[in-house]
Amino acid sequence: MATALSLSHLGSLMRGVRSVDEVGANERAASLAQRSIKKSSKLWALDLAIRCIDLTTLEGSDTPGKVAALCAKAIRPKPGDASIPSVAAICIYPARVADACEHLQGSRVRVASVATAFPSGQSFLSIKVAETKAVVAAGADEVDMVIDRGAFLSGDYQKVYDEIVAVKEACGPAHLKVILETGELGTYDGVRRASILAMAAGADFIKTSTGKVQPAATLPVSLVMMESIRDFMRETGRPVGFKAAGGIRTSKQAIAYLVIAYETLGPDWMTPDRFRLGASTLLNDVLMQIEKERTGAYQSGDYFTID
Amino acid sequence: MAITKRQAAPLAKQTFEYAPAPEATDHIRIQPRYGLFVGGRMLEPHSKKRFPTINPATEQKLSEVAEADAVDVGRAVAAADKAFTSWSRLAPSLRARYLFRISRLIQERARELAVVETMDGGKPIKESRDVDIPLSAAHFFYYAGWADKLEWAFPNRRLRPVGVAGQVIPWNFPLLMLSWKIAPALAAGNTVVLKPAETTPLSALLFAEICQQAELPPGVVNIITGAGKTGSLLVSHPAVKKVAFTGSTEVGKLIQRTLAGTGKRLSLELGGKAANIVFEDAPLDQAVEGIVNGIYFNQGHVCCAGSRLLVQESIAKPLLEKLKQRLSTLRLGDPLDKNTDIGAINSRAQLEKIQGLVASGVEEGAEIYQPECRIPERGFWFPPTLFTNVSQSYRIAREEIFGPVLSVLTFRTPAEAVEKANNTPYGLSAGVWTDKGSRILWMAERMRAGVVWANTFNRFDPTSPFGGYKESGFGREGGVHGLLPYLELT
Repeated sequence: MATALSLSHLGSLMRGVRSVDEVGANERAASLAQRSIKKSSKLWALDLAIRCIDLTTLEGSDTPGKVAALCAKAIRPKPGDASIPSVAAICIYPARVADACEHLQGSRVRVASVATAFPSGQSFLSIKVAETKAVVAAGADEVDMVIDRGAFLSGDYQKVYDEIVAVKEACGPAHLKVILETGELGTYDGVRRASILAMAAGADFIKTSTGKVQPAATLPVSLVMMESIRDFMRETGRPVGFKAAGGIRTSKQAIAYLVIAYETLGPDWMTPDRFRLGASTLLNDVLMQIEKERTGAYQSGDYFTID
Repeated sequence: MAITKRQAAPLAKQTFEYAPAPEATDHIRIQPRYGLFVGGRMLEPHSKKRFPTINPATEQKLSEVAEADAVDVGRAVAAADKAFTSWSRLAPSLRARYLFRISRLIQERARELAVVETMDGGKPIKESRDVDIPLSAAHFFYYAGWADKLEWAFPNRRLRPVGVAGQVIPWNFPLLMLSWKIAPALAAGNTVVLKPAETTPLSALLFAEICQQAELPPGVVNIITGAGKTGSLLVSHPAVKKVAFTGSTEVGKLIQRTLAGTGKRLSLELGGKAANIVFEDAPLDQAVEGIVNGIYFNQGHVCCAGSRLLVQESIAKPLLEKLKQRLSTLRLGDPLDKNTDIGAINSRAQLEKIQGLVASGVEEGAEIYQPECRIPERGFWFPPTLFTNVSQSYRIAREEIFGPVLSVLTFRTPAEAVEKANNTPYGLSAGVWTDKGSRILWMAERMRAGVVWANTFNRFDPTSPFGGYKESGFGREGGVHGLLPYLELT
């Protein structure tokens, strides 16, 4: 549990955050995205990608039936092929948590719920805390909260910090992923500041986006967040996980994120305990690529279940 | 609600081993032996002598190239001299057309050129593919644009081409240096005889094919191969009116002595010992990338390499930690592998030179750091190397190593940074890393270096002039300035 920081300490923490050169960060991310991952390493990465997926549905139209189907897919992405692992978690709205818990009972797939007035975060702290407690009580293993971007952009870092601390406390044993919504932060400097702030406040994971705002996850933004994680680890000894979410649809993208994590954070982050990909349609593309690597031929989309 | 076991599965230790991803070579046709490209044709050398060119990553012979003697040099210069009459009088828009054509052909044959460049020189394919070849094409494209606009480049002046240019280029960026030399010379109406370096002649010989494909008039470009002797015959040939040399300061001085009093024009682009200066407010992670790109790009075989890291003392510790961690992720190995960051050292001679200087650094008391990396059994290799506790007086801080070796020094104030950065016989390039715009300008005013990069390093563009101060040479290549050495202005 992070100890609460006073205003002056938080101020000096934020002032001490190093700047990011945008051109340089973009270039580094682009060069890492050029890594050529083939054959055995591709299969290894695709297998890991599946194990790191937070299979997501966050729609107003989500029903118990939709969640049931997604849970089945999460446990067994490719029916009849036992070599394909389960995904890491299901990511859903609070109202669907109980449904998901029921379907995932006995499996290794965890239940993650968004909370804290997702996606905008524009609500009262008491409601955010109450919502967090409610989803944990309903059985969520992981909580994906959003930061208050309004407070962050107006310079009220203390409010952002205090909210994260309060939500972390409300989580109890559940893991807390803090969504920075980088698409609304405007600069990489802002992304880096928000990353350090969230980690100092006790985040178990920092996450790029809600998926409801464009741009969502990008490679350079992820690089900046991972570099913040690396620096935080060096300073405090505490490892923090990373989750990219929003717009990750292809295996190639997923592998690029893994490569950046591997070359920035190292082998210790090549595990669902510290790395996640939030995605809804990525899984089938990964399955298709695995099949292609194994057989040398692309299968029709009809051979992969749409859930 | 009671939830039963949803525990994460125990995981084995994970390592991300990148499988080999070599660029294909089956489309490459390297001839077993090459002649000299003179007067638009490949000629057997008068010398009858040939020497092998090898792949420095495997030590295997790739081909045999001709060693031009005085007669061969004479023939090439005569062909260029003959072609000069018509080429210099050709309508400028037609000269431009040939240059555009060459640029397009380089683009069309980019993959082949990149692979050959990597096989012959040892540089990683990602660099030849993404830097050398695209920049070469861009150079021809850029100067093609100037060919019919020269009078606007230098308004109210009368201009005419100089004549036959004798050009000698180094082995670190073979095709790119060829382009830097040939494109402005041709755009201005000169004809050329070019000698590539003895260890990397193949891309120049492929370029000879491109000249044929482009139907460039015979003799406008002539390419002769050979070692230092051939180069010296070329630059001292009386019909050569302009000499352009890129290479070591030692040879540059020798050429300048030879040419003294001959009335020949000369431009030299020589060695460097660039300072990469990191201030305490710099974006550190990007600075680390810039330092890596500055010294480990092309195995440090870069005249403008940032071989001296000047870091503000207050951030030396975290910066070096980050830098060492980053070095451990550099992938050394097969230059043709698309994931290789550090390729092979260009030749055994260069490897020995690097080894010698590194040994002197250790002997003089500097602290050496090299990340663990597997060195292939065959070929010439040197791991990325970092020296700390370096004093200005050490050889590794003063002499150009031309290898993947970085010397780290510290400074306290901007004034001290300027003083240390300028305290070298060279003056080709410098880098400044700071978040403060005014300090970039303050530094740039005071640095005695031809190029000052701000928050980046080793970035090139055909529109930007490049060249040195002091022992790094004189004359500029690139941009409008790059035309000047090839024009008589009255």
